Amino acid sequence: MNSFHVLFVDDEEELVSTLVERLEYRGIIADYAVNGNQAQEKLKREKYNVMVVDLKLPGLSGEELVHIVNKTHPNLPVLMITGHGSGKDGSFEKPDGVFELLQKPIDLSVLIKKMEEAIEANEPG
Amino acid sequence: MDEQTQNITASSEEGQGSLPRYHRLRVNLIIVPFLAALIPLMIMAVINYYQDYNAYKTENNYTISHLLSNSKRSLQFAIEERRAVLSLIARGRTLKDLSDDARLMATLRDLKESFGDFVDLGIIDDGGNQTFYAGPYKLKDINYMNQSWFHEVSLRGTYVSDVFMGYREFPHFVIAIARELENGKFYILRATIDTKLLNSQIYLLESNEQIDMFIINKSGILQTASTFYGDVLDTIDLQIPSRLLDREIIKEQILPDRGDMTMGFASIVESPFILIASLKHRDAFLHWLTLRSDVVWFLLASMLGILVTVSLRSKYIVSRLMESDTRRAKILHNIEYTNKMATLGRLSASVAHEINNPLAIINEKAGLINDIASYGPDFPKKDKVLGLVDSITSSVERCSRVTHRLLGFGRRMEFRKEQIDMKSLINDVLDFQRSDAAHRNIQVNLNIEPDIKTIQSDRGQLQQVFLNLINNAYSALEKDGVLDIDLRHPNTNEIEVKITDNGVGIDKKDVIHIFEPFFSTKGESGTGLGLSITKDIVEKLGGVISVTSELGKGTCFIVNLPIERVE
Repeated sequence: MNSFHVLFVDDEEELVSTLVERLEYRGIIADYAVNGNQAQEKLKREKYNVMVVDLKLPGLSGEELVHIVNKTHPNLPVLMITGHGSGKDGSFEKPDGVFELLQKPIDLSVLIKKMEEAIEANEPG
Repeated sequence: MDEQTQNITASSEEGQGSLPRYHRLRVNLIIVPFLAALIPLMIMAVINYYQDYNAYKTENNYTISHLLSNSKRSLQFAIEERRAVLSLIARGRTLKDLSDDARLMATLRDLKESFGDFVDLGIIDDGGNQTFYAGPYKLKDINYMNQSWFHEVSLRGTYVSDVFMGYREFPHFVIAIARELENGKFYILRATIDTKLLNSQIYLLESNEQIDMFIINKSGILQTASTFYGDVLDTIDLQIPSRLLDREIIKEQILPDRGDMTMGFASIVESPFILIASLKHRDAFLHWLTLRSDVVWFLLASMLGILVTVSLRSKYIVSRLMESDTRRAKILHNIEYTNKMATLGRLSASVAHEINNPLAIINEKAGLINDIASYGPDFPKKDKVLGLVDSITSSVERCSRVTHRLLGFGRRMEFRKEQIDMKSLINDVLDFQRSDAAHRNIQVNLNIEPDIKTIQSDRGQLQQVFLNLINNAYSALEKDGVLDIDLRHPNTNEIEVKITDNGVGIDKKDVIHIFEPFFSTKGESGTGLGLSITKDIVEKLGGVISVTSELGKGTCFIVNLPIERVE
């Protein structure tokens, strides 16, 4: 698998910045946004192979962002992360337009594997 | 557990009347209406008793009074009639007419023909000599000068004597009339009358067999025979009311040898006779006595009836009250518990959430350190750093397990049916007590049979059941105690959870009440509802709970739950 470009959307900057740095050690070009608007800005300027969105975001929610991005960038696969205990009884249904729903805490190797799967599944041919 | 311990299944015990508060209430509910009903009844019975008694007394008094006045009238009339005849004889004829035995005899014959009870007739001169005599006895020339009656008749002109035997050897009395002559002298016409006269006047009216009628004189000597008091001329000891005069007097007397009597007295005017009618109460009141015993029986039967009704009714009311009290207390307890658990759930969820985020950051930072050390150039003490990172990561993992349990607990408050892994459920519950167990050095042994199936049940409810049972076990355990939890399938349809502690145990007399509401061995600190609600929940989930215990040795609760819930 070649190197790819990923955008994280998570309001926990400490966490997401560390994650980005760790991915870079593994040859993955990662970037992050701390809210929905910033994510849309970044998507306009850069080209990403995959986007990883936290369900809980300040302002525009994760689901709403996914909905918008699905329209503006129909070819961008999206992974969603939920915190433990989110949703009504913890069993949150995977929304439309999301490739895979991942539960926190995320093991880094699992995350990479899932991103690769998402990109592969999205590539034409 | 040896055979001395009692084994009670939860379904066989219903809390009944073991509480002093309800017992007192029930006693009050019996006593108050019982007295309220009984007191008027008793008053009525007493009033009725005396009214009846008085009615009978009045009737008796009336009967006696009636008899007495009738007899008195006819006796008075009979005596008066004879006196009048004698007086007529004395006035209508001259002394000369009578001063002849043969003529006197003829007069006596006439009198006998008319009246029957004249015995003899005599003429006595003012010297007391019986100058002429007609009759069956040889009494001519007897002198009566020194006899008291002679003086009385010479003074008052008329005289009726007491009954006496005299020369004639049968009871009789005398009527004497004094007649003055022109020369200032007088003579006396004296007639002896058989007491048959008195008897006949009495017997004639003595129709009521219970009434004894007789005549006595003023000295208490019987003038006629009495059924109860004796024969003619016997002296009897009777209290005769003074000042009888022309009245009849009725009074009650208690005679030592004859019991209660109603006595009527009437004086016969111009004679020494007193007419007496006596009635023995025991005879007269016989009917009333049966009535009285009827009243007593009725009263006793009513009392019994009231008592039975009231006590059954109060038992019903108290049991209903207890039921509703129990229901209310359980509801309140449940609400309180649910609120507590919901609050606890929310609190633990928010705490867990707040901790989770920094934990994730720590985890990632540690990961980054690890990456830097692994991917970057070698540096001194690299291995040491990697070791530290590992230890941070594993500590984070431990924290995260705790926060996840907290989140899971908070989320499980809703009622629902799901597949439950009993092993993890018991572990979750134990986690809440783990620090306490460690602190008191309590050893917890979880023995789980291999291949334990999941069961279909309600997680929140089961948590409540086992939280309560394990909590109780911990309270019973002392330092260094042992808590055994065994999980097994006794058959293919059930799962059995056995919670055994070697703590203080429960007294034999208490163990049978342990599932009753409000029963507590913890004194003021317990509501007495914990095990009652636990039992309710287990039964609601289709299960059975039982307990065995021995004082000083420990307690064992066994909960059997169906693997598949049958509605």
